[in-house]
Order: sequence, then structure tokens, then C-alpha cells
Amino acid sequence: MTLVLEQIFNGLQLGFVYALIALGYTMVYGIIRLINFAHGDVFMVGAYLGVLGYTAWGLPFPLAIVVAMVLCAVLGVSIERVAYRPLRYAPRIAALISAIGVSLFLEYFCSLKFVFGPNYRVVSRPFEVVNFTVGGANLSNIQIVVAVVVVVLLALLQYMLFHTKVGKAMRAVSYDHDAARLMGINVDSIISVTFAIGSALAAAGGVLYAVAYPRIWPFLGIMPGLKAFTAAVLGGIGIVPGAVLGAIIMGQVDVLSAAFISSQFRDAIAFSVLILVLLVRPTGVLGSRQPEKV
Amino acid sequence: MRRKIATACALLLVASLLLTVGCAQKPEEKPSAQQPQEKVIRIGMIAPLTGDVKTFGESTKNGFLLALEEAGNQVAGFKIEPVMGDDRNDPTEAVNVATKLCTQDKVKAIVGSVASKCSIPVSEVCEANKVVQISPTSTNPRVTVDLGRRKTYVFRACFIDPFQGTVGAKFALDNLKAKTAAVLYDQGNDYVIGLASYFRDAFKAGGGEIVAWEAYTKDDVDFSAVLTKIAKLKPDILYLPDYYNMVSLIGKQARQKGIKAVFLGGDGWDSSDLDFETMEGGYFTNHYSPEDPRPEVKAWVEKYQKKYGSTPDALATLAYDATVLLLKAIEKAGSDDPTKIRDALQSLEMDTVSGRISFDKDGNPVKPAVILQISGGKQKYVATVRP
Repeated sequence: MTLVLEQIFNGLQLGFVYALIALGYTMVYGIIRLINFAHGDVFMVGAYLGVLGYTAWGLPFPLAIVVAMVLCAVLGVSIERVAYRPLRYAPRIAALISAIGVSLFLEYFCSLKFVFGPNYRVVSRPFEVVNFTVGGANLSNIQIVVAVVVVVLLALLQYMLFHTKVGKAMRAVSYDHDAARLMGINVDSIISVTFAIGSALAAAGGVLYAVAYPRIWPFLGIMPGLKAFTAAVLGGIGIVPGAVLGAIIMGQVDVLSAAFISSQFRDAIAFSVLILVLLVRPTGVLGSRQPEKV
Repeated sequence: MRRKIATACALLLVASLLLTVGCAQKPEEKPSAQQPQEKVIRIGMIAPLTGDVKTFGESTKNGFLLALEEAGNQVAGFKIEPVMGDDRNDPTEAVNVATKLCTQDKVKAIVGSVASKCSIPVSEVCEANKVVQISPTSTNPRVTVDLGRRKTYVFRACFIDPFQGTVGAKFALDNLKAKTAAVLYDQGNDYVIGLASYFRDAFKAGGGEIVAWEAYTKDDVDFSAVLTKIAKLKPDILYLPDYYNMVSLIGKQARQKGIKAVFLGGDGWDSSDLDFETMEGGYFTNHYSPEDPRPEVKAWVEKYQKKYGSTPDALATLAYDATVLLLKAIEKAGSDDPTKIRDALQSLEMDTVSGRISFDKDGNPVKPAVILQISGGKQKYVATVRP
């Protein structure tokens, strides 16, 4: 029983990190109906910046997270400006291809020797690992830090969405661009804000990921990005609580299938769950079928 | 707007034209730089100079170049022209590089590659193009023999996985008195699979019990599920036959999950980038130790230190040995015909830094192994095991 509990802790740690990435996917999709495939790579850049922050630049760990979030927010906004905004009224496939292009660009640009370099780096942690025992199961301080940071960020996001003007505007834009514009909302700047927030959350996820699994390299973002995207679809893409729920399910499926079925099948099982859910409930767990607008 | 696009297109066009001109000039320079009467033999090297195991590539390059330099960059009346190839430890890239070396650069022999997963596809290219290949460090049996077919142009300078996995298991049973072992292996890496399965077979045959047999993939970073499971089984040995990078990552998480087992591994650990703090107390099987008291080893370590300012690891040593063996064979053959070089290599017997080498019928050398321990942040020589 304690073994199951400990595996659930492991799964939560992974799921929480997925949640931070999945939120970016879901928010951007909610607002402009675009799957931002470069999002996993923003996560990777965040991981590098965070690690550089608390190693090379000597920042305290919380500040390193904030710096990585701010820099990635700038990166996210610039990506939107350069690669998506000019294509906003082009066919949707154009923006999608542009997103894949940005993703590959980021991966190979970061692989250059004068940027981050092409090699794997085993990185040091900002603090010592301490293990606690909860109900007979091991719980490490890393897991606690991950959980705390994620919960705080989620609370902030929730507050922003439902208790500020910007949040209200974001919800309005996601509901109907044109009507929102008629109400005097600057749609372009709201889209920029969405990218900034999504990228900042991904960056925080990247830093936590690098601390929890201390090895980074420029292609680090691909698999977590894919899993988080799956999580967003699983929860119902465009729905914020759905992304978090989907991510936690993905984390558990990942860890529990490795723990109790076989580590060889973990990815196969994780993606089978996605297919199954989509077959049974095409709109995702929390999604509801929307009537066609006439 | 349209004007802007037109200007951009024009600029791009000009830039690409300049690039093509720049590229086109290069091959023209080559023949004029060569003196027509001088005989040249091109020797290729393939190693991961970048990527997840780049220290392997750097060491290999150092050993290779040092051997050529020592021979005065010539052999049997030929001037040696080395051609470097970077495979990034990626099998697809390795095939591209090998094909380029064989067909475009017309090399007569290749030293490389480092990882078995790259050397196996490279060996097919070499065999098809009739180019001699000698891999310094690829320990998987399939490098020289596949499906019972000997690739006649392919050799190696190191022992093979059955030997290394078996030596590891024997050492665990006899010297460490281990009863139980857990094995974690990369299911996409021929080298790791080879070591893991031969370790498992020998460990079981010797009366030990394998309590966990778990696979992962190259890009996995989260091992918490499997390690939590293994921690509860309390094995004596955790066998990690992967490269230094992955081993450091798994080791860190294993200790974090409270696993007390002794870490054991293979020659993939031999790197200055190994996380010595995490792997403290672990053992690994290797091709050579710089602390080995034999005079050949002493002389080699001094030579290497003078040139590069560091102690040579097994990768550098084997690359040096492989290159020396190849040069000796070319000299014996007295020709740059790969078929003659191959025949000379097959019948060669000589002392190298990593021990006396002769080749068996499969192109594998018959030679001893050493066991090293990570102790006090350094590699410590423990024992030599003969075949």
C-alpha cells in the first residue's frame, strides 16, 4: 500500500509539471484556435534559463524561476509577433506549419555551440535532497517544492482569469473575437498577454523539471510537450481546469503503468489512454459539445 | 509590403548565390594543394564529437591523432590524410558520414565508430564498399558478425559484450558476494542490451537472482516509478550498463529513492563527466587502467599527458591502439589496397597499450579486462581479469 502511495507521489510530481505546460497549450488554443507546437521548446528554454540562473548567475532559486518566467514570457510574445500574428487571417494550416517551424528553429538554434550547445548536461540542484516519510512512503522535498510552486501559480492564474480586467478580457476574446473587439477590447494585446502567461508557466515548469530530473539538453521539450499537449486534449482543449486534470491523469498513467505494468510500455499506454478518451468523449473529459453558431 | 517581399527575395537569392560560389570553390583548391607525385592514403575517423557522449568523441580523436603524429603522418611510403567524421552518437548520421567517407573521400580504412549502435550500421557501409573498419570501442558482437555472417573488412580493438557482462556478473558474485541484482537498461541501445543480457545470464548461472529487469528509452528522465519499486526489493547490486550521462542521472535518482545497492556497470562509465559523487563506491569493467603497472601503459600515459595535459581514458587508449594496429597492418601489407590491409590485420599479433592483441576468426581481439572502482572521486584499479 505504501508502495502505491509513493508511486502516486511520483506521478503527481510529473503531472504537476505537465500541468504547467498544458495550461499554455490550452490557453493559446482557447484564444486563437492554434496549437502552438513551439510551446514544448519554450519549456526547454525555461529549463536552461532557470538552471543558468541558479548556477552561472548565482541567483537564489525563487528568483531564478521568476527570471526564467519573465525571459520566456518575452520569448513567447516575440514568437507570436513574428510567426503567428502575420498569419492570423491566413488558413489555419499555415499557422500550424509556422509553429512547427518555430519549434525546430528553437531546438536547433539552442543546439548551437554559442547558445546552449548540443550536449546533455547533468545539472546540479539548488538545494540538497531531503526525504520525509508520509504514511510509510518516501516524499522528497523536491516533490514538495514542485507541488507548492505549481499550486501557487495555479491560484494566481485562477485569480487573474476571474478577478481582473485582463482575465475578463481574455475570456471575452476566447468567446468571440469580433464581439470583443466591438466592446473596445484590444484583441492583439490580449493575445500577447496570453502568450506571455502561457510561456511564463511553461518556463516555471521547465525549471522544476530540471530540478526534479537533473539532465537537460536542447531536445528536452519534445516528449513533455507532447505529453502535455495530450493532457490538454484529454482534459478538453481550451478549458483551463481540464488541462490541469488531464495533466494529473497523464502523470499518473505514466508512472503507474511503468510501476505496475512495464516500463517498456509507458508511452504506449499513455497515448492509448488519449485515443480511448477521444473515442468515448471526443471533447475531452471536461469538454462539452458546443452547438454550431449560426 | 509587396516591395519589401521582393527586396527580401532578391537578398536571399544573392546570399544563396554567394554561398554556392563559396562552396563550389572548395573542391577546386584540393588538387592544386596536393603534389601530384606524392602518394596519399586517406584514413577516416568516425566518432561522436558532439551530442550525448561527446567526451567519448574527443578522447577518440585525441588517441587517433596522436597515433598518426607518432608515425610521422606517413606509413609504407604513403602520406596519411586523416578525414574526420562526427556521428553525434546517432546511427542515421553515422551511416551518412560513413557513406561520405567511403564514396566521396575515398578513404581506404576507417577508425570508428565509438558506440555499437553506430558501428553496426557503419560496418555494413564499409563491408559493401570494401573499406577496412576497425572500431576502437564497440563491444557488441554484431559489429563484426551478423546472423552468422562475418563482415570480413570489419575489426575491433576491444573485447565484446558477452565477455564484459560475464566478467561483471562474476565479479559481483565472487568478489562482492552479491545474491540479488536489479538491472536497468536502454531498450534502444545495442551496447546496453548486450551487456545487460549477458550480465543477467551469467549472474543467474552463478546462482544469483535477478529481482528486477526494467527497460527505458534514451530520452527518459523520470525513473521514479521503477526506482521506487526497486528500492522495496533491496537488491545487492544495481547493474547500470549505460553511458556516463544516463548512469549519473539514474544513480542520482536511485540514491534519492533510498536504494543502497552497489552500482555496477561497464566501460560506458569511463568519462571525466561521470558524476563521481553520486557513483562513489561503484565498480565498472573496463579495457585498461592508467594505474596498471605494465611499462607500455606507463609510457603511454606520459606521452598522452605531455600532449594533452590529462590522463588518457580507455576511449583514447583504444583509439590509439586501433590506429596503431591499422598502421601496422598497412605497413605489413605495403599497399593501400583494403583487401591486402584486411588480410594483414587478420594475421597480426602485437603488444598494445591495452594488452597483447591477436584477432580470432570473427575479428575480435583476444585480450584481458580490468575492474575499476569509483573511490574518493577517482577511478581506482582493482583487478585484471583474463579471458
